[in-house]
Amino acid sequence: MRRVAHRTRLYSSSVVLTAAAMALAACSSTGSTAGSSGSTSSGANVSGSAFQAQHKGGTLTMLANGGGGTLDPQINYTNTFWQLYQNTYDGLLKFRRGVSGAASEEVVPDLATAMPKVTNSRKTYTFTLRKGIKFSNGSPVTVDDVLATFQRLFKVSSPTAGSWYAQIVGADACLKTPATCTLKGGVVVNPKTNEVQFNLTSPNPEFKYQLAVPFTVILPKSAPAKDAGDTPIPTTGPYKFVSYDPSSELVMVRNPYFHEWSHAAQPQGYPDKMIYKFTLDAEAEVSAVENGSADWMFDPPPADRLNEIGTKYPKQVHINPQLAFWYVPMNVNIPPFNNVKARQAVNWAIDRAAVVSLYGGTKVGSPVCTILPPNFPGHADSCQYTKGGGTTWKAPDVAKAKKLVEESGTKGQQVTIVSQSDSVNKSIGEYLQSVLTEIGYKASLKTLSENIEFTYIQNTKHKVQISLTQWYEDYPAASDFLNVLLGCSDFHPGSDSSVNIAGFCDKSIDAKMQTAEALMGTNPDAGNKMWGQIDQDIMKLAPVAPLFTPNLVDFVSSRVGNYVYSNVFFMNQDQLWVK
Amino acid sequence: MLANRAALVALIILVIIVLVSLLAPLYASHVAHTNPFTSNVQGSIVVDGKKVDVMQQSATGLGVTPIGPTWHSRYFLGADGQGRDVMARVLYGGRVSLLIGSVSAAICCFVATALGIIAGYMGGLVDGILSRLFDVVWAFPVYLLAICLSIVLLTSTLTIGPISIGSGSLALPIAIISVIYVPYVARPIRAQVKSLRERMFIQAARSVGSSNWRIIRRDVLPNVLPSVIVYFPIMMALNILIAASLSFLGVGVQPPRAAWGTIINDGLPLLYTRPLVSLAPGVMIALTCVALNLLGDSLRDALDPGSKVRVGS
Repeated sequence: MRRVAHRTRLYSSSVVLTAAAMALAACSSTGSTAGSSGSTSSGANVSGSAFQAQHKGGTLTMLANGGGGTLDPQINYTNTFWQLYQNTYDGLLKFRRGVSGAASEEVVPDLATAMPKVTNSRKTYTFTLRKGIKFSNGSPVTVDDVLATFQRLFKVSSPTAGSWYAQIVGADACLKTPATCTLKGGVVVNPKTNEVQFNLTSPNPEFKYQLAVPFTVILPKSAPAKDAGDTPIPTTGPYKFVSYDPSSELVMVRNPYFHEWSHAAQPQGYPDKMIYKFTLDAEAEVSAVENGSADWMFDPPPADRLNEIGTKYPKQVHINPQLAFWYVPMNVNIPPFNNVKARQAVNWAIDRAAVVSLYGGTKVGSPVCTILPPNFPGHADSCQYTKGGGTTWKAPDVAKAKKLVEESGTKGQQVTIVSQSDSVNKSIGEYLQSVLTEIGYKASLKTLSENIEFTYIQNTKHKVQISLTQWYEDYPAASDFLNVLLGCSDFHPGSDSSVNIAGFCDKSIDAKMQTAEALMGTNPDAGNKMWGQIDQDIMKLAPVAPLFTPNLVDFVSSRVGNYVYSNVFFMNQDQLWVK
Repeated sequence: MLANRAALVALIILVIIVLVSLLAPLYASHVAHTNPFTSNVQGSIVVDGKKVDVMQQSATGLGVTPIGPTWHSRYFLGADGQGRDVMARVLYGGRVSLLIGSVSAAICCFVATALGIIAGYMGGLVDGILSRLFDVVWAFPVYLLAICLSIVLLTSTLTIGPISIGSGSLALPIAIISVIYVPYVARPIRAQVKSLRERMFIQAARSVGSSNWRIIRRDVLPNVLPSVIVYFPIMMALNILIAASLSFLGVGVQPPRAAWGTIINDGLPLLYTRPLVSLAPGVMIALTCVALNLLGDSLRDALDPGSKVRVGS
């Protein structure tokens, strides 16, 4: 079991380019996501309670097995630091903070006074910037800073600049020559009215989410037009970075210029100081949290310590569902999985319960049969490949799988599974190898370092037949799974950036996806229903075998209180009580 | 040699290890009744009349722990993370580790002897080129070189002329390990041959018109052979260690094949709860390597008591 340390997923431009209009309220209306289901989430905060001054103060000590790379929020794309940016930086919009469950998926105004006015056939978004907010260096936040931030996004080649933000008018020129990026006509600011206007080339139903992630936090216009690296950039949130050594520690203290302007977007934090140490391995981190020398560990507790912490420290363990799934893409363009019966056979043969065992047990993962995880917008209960039928996972049907392999005429073929080489991935990979052997293939396993596996399996040049990988949401929209992972426009033969790993391209399903996206703009409920049906249509053709949806285990020290878990950016570190 | 008790004990240990490793298939099928290469995550066995899950879910639901040693025929040393019988895998692992160690040692000694003799006997430019080649290979940190080669070759097939080695093939770690220790053996052989070349019997052979090939075959080779024989068990021990290290690092023998290094690696996430998964193959590696080293020392004493073959660089 492990937590994804790096957001390796690259969002496809096609999602944005093909997206139809979506009303701004679309996603929040679908929020049926479960809240914290921690075994002992005694401090779970679902409603976002008022600040409790008696708990203010103290030093929160956090641990991770290594720094998260650059501290620059417009470049860093790791969960390690995206979590930190929530209490240090602010965008015009933000995912609601200080609350758990579905409420944490709601986008609320942050540095903007209100949600934007959307006009011009959903191609123009107008915000008004709050007044009286200062950066941690004392300079005021102005609309010029907003403009400079979006220009800088292209100047520093932010990871998703070409996909998420390519629809801003003038972005094409910025992508061609980042150094001279102006976004003229795309981001228009008015210092007198404090208004900021975004003009898009076409409607983008996910634009509000893309304005609520760390890539678009507002930075001072004096921020360097290059990766700031280990040098902190002034912040607007309740904390500021004072020092960062990736091999040692990161220190944050209160931002003296912060005042709470929106409790929903950026509540005041509790600890006076936060220290993030990067020197221990996961085993040592567990011991440190157990003995109270640290308050929380970023890394998942090692599998052989799970039972110990669950038994001895149950009140300090919080388990939360993640909007993600582990799955097995099968290359539909090369043998044997260019045969639909072979793909269906794999789906029938895999025992999802066994895979959950290998991942760490029933508390840290749940079997899934669909691509959209449970409680995700658009998800509909369905299980096409379970013994005895039904809508939930029961058991594999190996006999049926063997029969399908026979019928497909692929029996005896060589199949190589590619997985990452860490213990959990390798373990599941070995299980898959065992299953494929059992149903009639000559299966072998190739394990690769996690640094290269994800790009390796995407590139058709490597002729990967079947692999093991994971997908975690960027934000709660069904297209972030179905369209990105299985849309025709995300299949790029010969490229390392082809997240449609299965190479699946079904024109009729693709057309349905376009319709669903368009529907999301006018009728989100109907749109999500359609996404659920598309999920089932895809599973009939079985380009992937969904395995399970993982849960996140947070282990905190005994003195920690007020545990709050956001579905989007995980535990709210600054809301923890250490006093 | 038989007078050397340590060598005798070493030989006995080695023979036992080789024998039990060779008998692994019989143990798996007739004693443990298991296939040590397939997962058994959802399986169960009967121990002392009670049905027990091979992979045991904790009471809290957090964590799944493989069954520990039963000290019975099935799961004698417990199960690994895939629910496989550790004892059966350790025995199978011995076959693979011993095979890699012995074959790579044989290839390494053969190539090193040939190159050492050529370099030492020919001298001049040939010696210069070969010696620099040895220096280059030797200058690389052994493990780093092996890991780099392994990572590159694991993602593609290695093709040398008509020979093609697939990424999952055992021939891959054998080829890698054979290459990296060639200078280790070749350099002392070269030095020995350089010394031999100046000896009277070689000069005499030259003066009567013997060809280089004949001199090498009839006069040089018999003189360096004892050194090579002494080197063989030492190289085998070294190669078993490096094969285990590479497998431990995930770049040697690939799963689900069992080698002692891969089993140690498999046991790494279980060190806290099931240390035997890693300890058992570790003990086997230690026993085998100590035995081989003792045997090498004894061979040296027996074959060439006057010589002081220096092992190490």
